[in-house]
Amino acid sequence: MSDTPATSLAERLAARFGDTLTISTQRNEITAELAAADLIAVATALRDEPGFRFTELIDLCGVDYLGYGQTEWDTTDISWTGFSRGVEGQAMGRFDWAGRPRGNDEPRRFASVVHLLSIEHNRRLRLRVFCADDSMPVVPSLTLVWPGVNWFEREAFDLYGIIFDGHPDLRRILTDYGFVGHPFRKDFPLIGNVEVRYDPEQKRVIYEPVSIEPRVLVPRTIRNDADLMQAKAEAADDWQRN
Amino acid sequence: MQEIRNYTMNFGPQHPAAHGVLRLIMEMDGETIIRADPHVGLLHRGTEKLAESKPFNQSIGYMDRLDYVSMMCNEHAYVKAIENLLGIEAPERAQYIRTMFDEITRILNHLMWIGSNALDLGAMAVFLYAFREREELMDVYEAVSGARMHATYYRPGGVYRDLPAQMSQYRESPWHKGNDLKRINSWREGSMLDYLEAFTSDFPSKVDEYEDLLTNNRIWKQRTVGIGVISPELAQQWGMTGVMLRGSGVEWDLRKKQPYAKYAEMDFDIPVGVGGDCYDRYLCRVEEMRQSNRIIQQCVKWLKANPGPVMVENFKVAPPSRVEMKEDMEAMIHHFKLFTEGYCVPAGETYAAVEAPKGEFGCYLVSDGANKPFRVHLRAPGFAHLSSMDTIVRGHMLADVVAMIGTYDLVFGEVDR
Repeated sequence: MSDTPATSLAERLAARFGDTLTISTQRNEITAELAAADLIAVATALRDEPGFRFTELIDLCGVDYLGYGQTEWDTTDISWTGFSRGVEGQAMGRFDWAGRPRGNDEPRRFASVVHLLSIEHNRRLRLRVFCADDSMPVVPSLTLVWPGVNWFEREAFDLYGIIFDGHPDLRRILTDYGFVGHPFRKDFPLIGNVEVRYDPEQKRVIYEPVSIEPRVLVPRTIRNDADLMQAKAEAADDWQRN
Repeated sequence: MQEIRNYTMNFGPQHPAAHGVLRLIMEMDGETIIRADPHVGLLHRGTEKLAESKPFNQSIGYMDRLDYVSMMCNEHAYVKAIENLLGIEAPERAQYIRTMFDEITRILNHLMWIGSNALDLGAMAVFLYAFREREELMDVYEAVSGARMHATYYRPGGVYRDLPAQMSQYRESPWHKGNDLKRINSWREGSMLDYLEAFTSDFPSKVDEYEDLLTNNRIWKQRTVGIGVISPELAQQWGMTGVMLRGSGVEWDLRKKQPYAKYAEMDFDIPVGVGGDCYDRYLCRVEEMRQSNRIIQQCVKWLKANPGPVMVENFKVAPPSRVEMKEDMEAMIHHFKLFTEGYCVPAGETYAAVEAPKGEFGCYLVSDGANKPFRVHLRAPGFAHLSSMDTIVRGHMLADVVAMIGTYDLVFGEVDR
């Protein structure tokens, strides 16, 4: 492997933190996975130590890995009636609030992903912390390390229900006052739960169950990217010919 | 002695200075702010969740509607993230077009900002001046994409189409006639690039006009000098980027430090503030307009001299031409698959950031190999900036909050997403 800036940072991280971090490098982007218990210590070191100096937290967001890699349309197996129709599946566009899937065997659904930036060294780093318990996802809050993470954590709590332990003010931020549920979870219907309208008789805004029918226009499919590679090769051929 | 107690005041969401739908709950001691609690989310549309339910290309239009005064920069981040995962790169001409339109967008954004911020602080005229030039650039947006604002022009692999050879002209109407019409159309006789050439040679004098109105204006200085001072340390702690960071003297611009598109080839300067107050940030933004103008000039020059493709020749991600579709079955199939199913993006994750006019606009994209993104997170600069509101405005007067909202350059499309 060539000694790109990204690999040298990855090496320094490995040397400094050892087994605490699981480091992977893709396209010069470094991702370090770590346990929730180590987060604060690692974050403080990353911020303060002269070799890292990640003084800015650029972004924090939640991710729900439920249904990762699942498709609604099988394009590999063919039966005598042809391909499957692509009308069934668990995608969030297919169910309403009452019919939302419950109970899952996905281990470690929720993760909190942090993007750091070191202005001094011009480096970026991604940290990922998985929550141990899916029914009660908890991650330590980074507000004491980077105060600017405050709202990002509120957002991840609001949208995914990830609880940030030690956050001074963990309120909902983006959803409506009195909202129920965590809308970005994969088992939250795309059409939502309630809709609002102004009722001229009661002379106020009222909440009603949604009247939209759930539907999916394009089924989710996963195709091997071999054909993409082939297209790339074809394109390269064309370029040479022209 | 009479006991005076703090009281709580509500500001917005329907307030002309709230720049959209900001609701602020402020605890006041007389006219002094003790605590400010911004309530956001009134414009939350769940863009990220919607993007998860659609093929990749169908979400580009949503990006325009995030920060709806810097449309193409948002598209750029999203498109760049997809290109990262696909491992494709736009042709050189498309890269130049993107660079040019990013800068046009920056001018559009800063014009909107200077107009509305001055309006908030009591200077009516600047708004009218700024919108005059904004309109001229809107015409460029329209010429290239058909839409004045929500262009959906950038696509993974390039841009939707090449620049028009003929700039559209105004027809006679009750609003445009006689000498006025002749003047408006005089720039529009050649191609879009000719038009931009005329615009860029004229624009610095227009910036001078804004500066005449504000830079040495006593009232403007009273309202901005020493207001909302942000130290470099504070700016970094709160995740500030863009002018909010540069205004405090930190020399950080992604266009220079982590160049994308064709910024590495451009000759331009990065203005940096000294005091970190609203006035410094004003000066930075005005200078950025001049620098953007320079970049556009360089791009126009290159684009005039170098015709070429603006989209990758890869029919898995880019549609074949109409002509090809009529003659070639393969092209027909590609077109059909692309517009029904879309393309599958290899599994992986990436974070792509661009220097949007407001700061770092980033797109964190997770793909599991499907034709729809598994997770899209859009890192909006305004969201990080606004979160520092409470820390910054404590101890300021109520009227300074308005100056602060203005200097953050907030647009709620991106804050609420």
